[in-house]
Amino acid sequence: MTNIIKPIFEVDNLKITFDTPDGDVQAVKGVSFHINPGECVGIVGESGSGKSQTFMAAMGLLAKNGRADGKIIFQDHSLLDLSVEELNHVRGKNMSMIFQDPLTSLTPHMTILQQMREVTALHMDLSRDDTDRLCREWLDRVRIAESARRLNQYPHELSGGMRQRVMIAMSMLCSPALLIADEPTTALDVTVQAEILDLMDELKRESGTAIALITHDMGVMARMCDRLHVMRHGEYVEEGDANEIFYNPQHEYTKMLLDSMPRIDDAQRSSHHKLKPIDQNSAADDFLKVDDVKVHFDIKVSGGIWPKTLPLKAVDGVSFKLRQGETLGIVGESGCGKSTLARAVLQLIEPTHGTVTWLGKQINGLTREELKDKRKDLQIVFQDPLASLDPRMTISRSIMEPLMTFAPQMSKSEMKETVMQMMDRVGLDRNMINRYPHELSGGQNQRVGIARAMIMKPKLVICDEAVSALDVSVQAQIIELLMDLQEEFKLSILFISHDLAVVREVSHRIMVLYLGRVVELADSLEIYHNPVHPYTKQLISAVPIPDPEIERKRKSIKIPGELPSPMDPTAQLKFLPSKLKTEQKGYLPKLFEHSPGHFVAEHDKLEVLLS
Amino acid sequence: MLVSKKKVAQIVENADQQVIQGRSQWQDAMTRFKANKASLASVFILFLMVAVAFLGPYLNEWDYETIDWALTGNAAEMGAPSIANGHYFGSDDLGRDLYSRVMQGTQISLMVGLIGTIVAVVVGVLYGAVSGYFGGRIDNLMMRFVDILMSIPYMFILIILFVMFGRSVYLLFIGLGLFSWMDMARIVRGQTLTLKHKEFIEAAVAAGVSDFTIIVRHIVPNLIGIVVVYTSLMIPNLILLESFISFLGLGIQEPLTSWGALISDGAKTIQYGTLWQLLFPLGFFVTGLFCFFFIGDGLRDAFDPKDR
Repeated sequence: MTNIIKPIFEVDNLKITFDTPDGDVQAVKGVSFHINPGECVGIVGESGSGKSQTFMAAMGLLAKNGRADGKIIFQDHSLLDLSVEELNHVRGKNMSMIFQDPLTSLTPHMTILQQMREVTALHMDLSRDDTDRLCREWLDRVRIAESARRLNQYPHELSGGMRQRVMIAMSMLCSPALLIADEPTTALDVTVQAEILDLMDELKRESGTAIALITHDMGVMARMCDRLHVMRHGEYVEEGDANEIFYNPQHEYTKMLLDSMPRIDDAQRSSHHKLKPIDQNSAADDFLKVDDVKVHFDIKVSGGIWPKTLPLKAVDGVSFKLRQGETLGIVGESGCGKSTLARAVLQLIEPTHGTVTWLGKQINGLTREELKDKRKDLQIVFQDPLASLDPRMTISRSIMEPLMTFAPQMSKSEMKETVMQMMDRVGLDRNMINRYPHELSGGQNQRVGIARAMIMKPKLVICDEAVSALDVSVQAQIIELLMDLQEEFKLSILFISHDLAVVREVSHRIMVLYLGRVVELADSLEIYHNPVHPYTKQLISAVPIPDPEIERKRKSIKIPGELPSPMDPTAQLKFLPSKLKTEQKGYLPKLFEHSPGHFVAEHDKLEVLLS
Repeated sequence: MLVSKKKVAQIVENADQQVIQGRSQWQDAMTRFKANKASLASVFILFLMVAVAFLGPYLNEWDYETIDWALTGNAAEMGAPSIANGHYFGSDDLGRDLYSRVMQGTQISLMVGLIGTIVAVVVGVLYGAVSGYFGGRIDNLMMRFVDILMSIPYMFILIILFVMFGRSVYLLFIGLGLFSWMDMARIVRGQTLTLKHKEFIEAAVAAGVSDFTIIVRHIVPNLIGIVVVYTSLMIPNLILLESFISFLGLGIQEPLTSWGALISDGAKTIQYGTLWQLLFPLGFFVTGLFCFFFIGDGLRDAFDPKDR
């Protein structure tokens, strides 16, 4: 079939070279592929594999020190030979691109309408009224409610998901033949991701636009793509039909990628770990107890002569217990207070209300000096491995830092020896001791972060999105490492992540947060097999599964409405609208025990919410 | 996942081996700095100027305060630059050797720039880092204090100081240093505010490191880039300031001199046709400042390649 249809986009032996102070670096080493009309082609690869650069070259967006050789043919234009003016006619009109971060790709000081007008003014000959009508139509098509009002808003007034929809609407304005989507959903929450993917799929079918989808997420690929290319180190290691690649991968690297993808649907895979069941009897009950913790931030609200301050309830009454050696997963979408909760537990932020009890002693309200002793046992691993290390310190000094604070009696050489042992333990080469963080890869840096957290042999480690910024293969290794260390040191872990599939693999129990409150808390198997709260159900259903057949058949649950602002007093009642009518607005859903050990917040039935 | 653990490890290892040997931030900055021809030439010229200023006086029989009585009162006709009588740059109005005086003035001017800057950097960086790191009320108090100091017309105060305590080099150093650290403090504070929310600071807090240690160990080293850049721009400003004060007739006391004082003297006598008395110090002054500004510019580009 592909022989008859003429491809609209063809790349032939494309090489991209960057001229750096270290000599030439070849980012793309001769790739060839084509995209047919109305087809979705995926390029999958880990960071640094050169997957974006191919399309950057096509759009003429290569960095100044980059050089492209080869051929890119789009609708009979050879893109690499065009002048900037000629290219301007093609890009934006017949070929457009959406980027990863929807906030930075919209101009902050212009309204949505102004930005959309800019596109039409360049490429279409339309009157003002026609333009505005067209813009509104497209906002409707990408399912933005109250499109007329939204048009006159500025980007910062929209949520992340809405911004990405605006981006899609803008890029679809001139009905392009090819839409290039560079990690379009990576920065978005799972539920929003599911909606955006559905939207793109629909647009593809309705308007016949071909889509080039660049992502690292095999799950997204499985949902969207007809054909896909697996890229590594600037080369395609495998290419072919989506089903073929998912069910019968040939190349080692493809197999590895599929293997390391955490799966939310497969119970077998979650048990492969050394995740030990915790001994209910020996586990001390008073290990860590968090009781009704609230963290409120004062937010200035403009309006009136005197600005008022209102409390932003980032964490609003969370209670849980953690036993020794147990992992509690905390999931929720961005802005639900996961990280704030973690910091409140560690006393990096003083809780506004409630108590944190550690080994029977209350630790909030202590002075810095008193806290210092406790810090030895309470450690944290951060999300961004590079940002969490001081760029001007060698990694060994970073790892050594807790030693210098807690064990000042140790001599320099003893400390160095301890650091060496720790480096061995987390799988870092000893000769890296004098390296700086930016000389290491993300995975290695995260190992440094873990080594620093572990060097005092703490009893509790909080992993705040510790693996979210890493490539899947590295992610798998880091999880493996954390599990090993947990077994060795009898660690308790609070594992915070937005990625439900990962959390499920590592946690004994899972707590789902929604706008600073717990909506469901249960054993990890229980929560995935038998979720009760509609929000949990929605979250689980939104996670893409790297299996084309399952993924395409699966319908995700869509509860109407955007994620409300936490300042909105009715926000907590999103899953309990029946209370909205009867009681006053400040009602907070209470947690009740649905079955032993399975706590759920009050809610209305899913069917009621969907109707 | 477990099944392929070895495979994963091997693949990732292969990937790591391809990583090019990294460079430190400093090395990177220096490479970029060296690529900037104007800055590099400026460094060279400045070195030359310093060498001349400190070694030059030994190549000449006249020192900066001895009056050549043969020329006194007749500078316009006999004081012109000449190799024969040993006055390479000519003589000033009183018959003193201009070559030695320019060398001496260069020494003083460079010293003012340097010492004033050191005071400003040390005070400014510590003050700004402390203010920014602790934030809240402390920050408010410290920064309002800076605001108050900044709203005082320092030139006015400086002149009053000179009039009250007499003119001396030390007073000049102290005065300039005292009033120039505030800009530095503000810049450093701003930078610290962005730094302190970085995760590595949080990691240090979680590791139980004390506040003061965090400032010294984590904040200040990460400020070096911006401090170096700002310092290189501050030196010429201080020299300019000193020259202005000296030009007004305050500042450096005779027989000591500085670029500003020399230019002032030269400007006064320009109507008698002794052009060299203005041009030699002016030439040194302009060249010196140009060099400093070029170096500052080069450093800024070198440390902040994204802003270009």
